[in-house]
Amino acid sequence: MRRLSQLTPFALAALLLAAWEFGVRVAAVPQFILPAPSVIAMRFAEAWADGTMLRHLAPTVIEVTIGGLLGGALGLLIGVPLGLSGSARRVISPYLVAAQSTPILALGPVLVLWLGPGLAAKVAVCALITLFPVAISTLVAVRDVDTGTLELMRSLGASRWQTLRYARLPAARSGILAGARVAATLAVVGAIVGEWLGGTSGLGVLLNLARGSLFDTPLLFADLLQIAIVGVSAYGFVLLIERLTSRRIA
Amino acid sequence: MPILQVEGLSHSYGDRAVLRNLSLEIAAGESVALLGPNGSGKSTLLRLVAGLLAPTSGRVTLDGSPAAAGRSEVGIVFQDPRLLPWRTVLRNVTLPLELAGEPLVTARPTAAAALTRVGAGELLERNPAEISGGERGRAALARAMVRTPSLLLLDEPFAALDAITRARLDDELPELVAGAATLLVTHDVAEALLVADRVLMLGADGAIALEVPGLRSIPPVERRAALLSPDGATRQARLYAALDQVAHA
Repeated sequence: MRRLSQLTPFALAALLLAAWEFGVRVAAVPQFILPAPSVIAMRFAEAWADGTMLRHLAPTVIEVTIGGLLGGALGLLIGVPLGLSGSARRVISPYLVAAQSTPILALGPVLVLWLGPGLAAKVAVCALITLFPVAISTLVAVRDVDTGTLELMRSLGASRWQTLRYARLPAARSGILAGARVAATLAVVGAIVGEWLGGTSGLGVLLNLARGSLFDTPLLFADLLQIAIVGVSAYGFVLLIERLTSRRIA
Repeated sequence: MPILQVEGLSHSYGDRAVLRNLSLEIAAGESVALLGPNGSGKSTLLRLVAGLLAPTSGRVTLDGSPAAAGRSEVGIVFQDPRLLPWRTVLRNVTLPLELAGEPLVTARPTAAAALTRVGAGELLERNPAEISGGERGRAALARAMVRTPSLLLLDEPFAALDAITRARLDDELPELVAGAATLLVTHDVAEALLVADRVLMLGADGAIALEVPGLRSIPPVERRAALLSPDGATRQARLYAALDQVAHA
């Protein structure tokens, strides 16, 4: 049964791809509307062979990595004190929600205005978009620690800092990482959006190029595939952190 | 001088008074059980003694100074074991020592010895989720005793266990606490008599209503039999009658 459940996702993917390939060929769908998977795969390989993909992938990966880590760290730094202090929560939370409610696309031009069209603006978009889910999940997880555990810590004479280190943070770990999972995929969205605001390279720029001046739909789809791979890798990175911190954390 | 002195202690939650003018003393090494129905303020008393709650009025003196949370002279076992699931059993027991600033190198053997003393020496590297309820109870007891407190507060520590495990721990408890004075709160008459030198009944008015001598001084192998002897049965009957009266007051 276990082997079957491991095989199923791959079998399903193979089935969908086969149906896609078959459907496109039978219905003679024009390539510029929907290319067949085999065409996309060949274009993907070609883009890697001629260096196009790597040239655009590298800046995106850098933006996602720096922006994601920065946003995650800031989210933790904001979420922990808000989780600990009710009064800080009441004062700061409305601003946090207001900031998050402003669409990142609307904020983009302002960031480019302030930080220029280079790496900094894209990292800022990435960081802003990842900050919120990490901050909120940290706030909730640090706040909602079992009262019995907190009473135990008090009975043992733990200071506020010791209670945070030995009880609240370890207990909040899975909650914080759930927010980080969401943030990881959002970081990729942030990088693509940031690249649309200006710049000469990146997977977001390549999307625009493939759709516009190059009119290369297979490349557009190959780029989407590459973006998905980056997203899954970012998600995998969080899972790796989860695995590494699952034992003996405090 | 008594290790614990409670004088004129009262406590209310809002308008609801749970303890009224309660006084009691516990001598060093003495074991006292406090009986009372649910909601009578037993757990509140333990929290007041542990310094986890501040009394509405009255005084709690521990070893000559006022009660305060976190004093190393006091160990507490709550109703649920409250083991931290992300730590091994051993590291749960080293926690009080780590919080007191002791390095792990010395905390580990001390904690291992405490676990061995309560009959849980084989659980060191297990996770709390992998062990039985009785074993968790033992681990919680070891954690409470690892700083060698002079007073051990037990809040119905075995209430959630099955009857056999509970009876076994009740039989062993007087020897497990290794000389510490104990204050056990429970609503189980037999448990109170088995583990205590004195059994106190918390009355409906929130003060001590009755005191009956316990069976702790009797050698472990004869204690259960003593509980069923005519004298033991009389003590049980008196306590049940008082408990019934309090519950229906």
